[in-house]
Amino acid sequence: MKYLDEYRDARVARGLIADIAQRATRPWVLMEICGGQTHTLMRYGIDELIPSQVELVHGPGCPVCVTALETIDRAIQIASLPGVTLVSYGDMLRVPGSHSDLFHVKAAGGDVRVAYSPMEALKVARANPQRKVVFLGIGFETTAPANAMAVWQGAREGLGNFSMLATHFLVPPAIRMLLESPRNRVQAFIAPGHVCTVMGYREYDDLSRKYRVPIVVGGFEPVDLLEAISMLVAQLEQGRAEVENQYVRSVACEGNRPAQELMDKVFEVCDRKWRGIGLIPQSGLRLRAEFAAHDAERIFDVAATTTEEPAECISALVLQGLKKPVDCPAFAVRCTPEKPLGAPMVSGEGACAAYYQYRRPTGKQG
Amino acid sequence: MCLAVPGKILETKEENGSRLGRVQFGGITRQVQLDFVPEAGIGDYVIVHVGFALSKVNAEEAERTYQLLEEMGVLDEELGLGRQSGMAGGESGSS
Repeated sequence: MKYLDEYRDARVARGLIADIAQRATRPWVLMEICGGQTHTLMRYGIDELIPSQVELVHGPGCPVCVTALETIDRAIQIASLPGVTLVSYGDMLRVPGSHSDLFHVKAAGGDVRVAYSPMEALKVARANPQRKVVFLGIGFETTAPANAMAVWQGAREGLGNFSMLATHFLVPPAIRMLLESPRNRVQAFIAPGHVCTVMGYREYDDLSRKYRVPIVVGGFEPVDLLEAISMLVAQLEQGRAEVENQYVRSVACEGNRPAQELMDKVFEVCDRKWRGIGLIPQSGLRLRAEFAAHDAERIFDVAATTTEEPAECISALVLQGLKKPVDCPAFAVRCTPEKPLGAPMVSGEGACAAYYQYRRPTGKQG
Repeated sequence: MCLAVPGKILETKEENGSRLGRVQFGGITRQVQLDFVPEAGIGDYVIVHVGFALSKVNAEEAERTYQLLEEMGVLDEELGLGRQSGMAGGESGSS
C-alpha cells in the first residue's frame, strides 16, 4: 500500500479497495479507454492496490497517440510550405511522423506555434491576414466541440486565411472494434468521463446490451476510478451488463446538448484510420462540405506518404489491451519519451509514457 | 488530452457573438468560452477543456479536483502555462 498514504481520501480509497477485494471471486479484465485515466491509475498505483485477479489493461484513448502517421506527415508538409503558420496543441509537436516531427520543422525556421485553445489560432489568423493559418485539430469527442467552434467562428467572420486539419476520433466505434476482435480479453469498460460530459452515455447502451459487457462512466480522481472498478466488478460478479454513471458530478445522461449541436453543424461522421490499429469504420469526424473553404485537407494538396512504423514498436498491441508497455523489448531501452519509437511514448497520457514515468524498472529491482 | 480543469467564473461578457467568461484557476485567471454552458453564471464553477467550459460543477468538488490536478502536475499543460510569452508562467500558487 505504498501509494495509499498520498490519497486525499485515504479512508474512502481503503473502503473501495476492500469492496473490490470482497466482490472479486475470479479473474476479470477491465479496460479504461482514456489516457488521462491511465495516467491516474499509474500515478496512484491503483493497479497494484486492487486484488491481482482484477487486471487493468489500457485502451486507445490518447488522441495524440492514435492520430494517423499520414496526418502527422501531412501536417509536417503543410507547416513546411512558405506563408503557412501551423498552430497545434503542444503534445503534437514531438509526435514522430515518417521522417521528422513538427518540432524539427519549427527548429528549421518553420512557423509552428503552440496553443492551448483552438480560439488562439483564430487570433493568429486575424492578426496575420497575409499568412495561411492552419490549426491541427485533433481529439476525441471532448475536444471536438471546441474545434468545431473555431471553424464555425472562422466561417462566420469570413476569415479566409484560417483552416483546420481536422482529425477527430469517436470512442464507441473503438470499443466495438475491440469487442469484435477474436483476440479480445476485455470483459468490462470504464467509459471516459469527459467524452461523456459532451456526449452523454446513451450511445453506450447498445454496446453493453449487444456484447453483454458492463460499462461504467468514470471520473479522473483515484477514488473515482476505484469506485468505477468496484461498480464494474459488482456487475461482472452478478452477471449484469449495464451502463452506469460513476462521474455524476460532471456527466448527465444526455450530455451537453449545445456542444453536440455545434459538432453536428460543423462535422460529419467518417471512417478513420487510427495509428497502431488501422481503419475503424465510422469512427471519426471530418469537416462538412459547407466548410470546405476552411478544410486544410482540401486546401493544401499534399499527398500522404505511407511509411511503416518501426517494426520493434508494439504499440498496436498495447493500444488494444493485448500487451502491456513493459512487455515491449524496446521499452525504456530504445524507446523513451526523449526518443520515442511510437506515439504512446510521446504524450504524457500515452500508456507507454505513463509506465515509463511510474513503472520503469529501476536498478534496485534488477 | 481529455483532462478538464475546474475554475470559477468571475465575470462574463459577449464578444463576436460568443459568451466569454473570466475564469479563475487557483492563482491565475483565463478567458474561457461559455457557449456550451448557457446555464452557468458569475460565481459558478465550470470544468474547462482547451478553453471551453463543458459542464457546471459544485464548488467543493471543483476545489478538490483542482488541488488533485495540481498535485498530479498536469495543470500547466491543460492551462497552456509556461509556453506563450505574456502568460502567467506556471507559478499557479504551487504549495
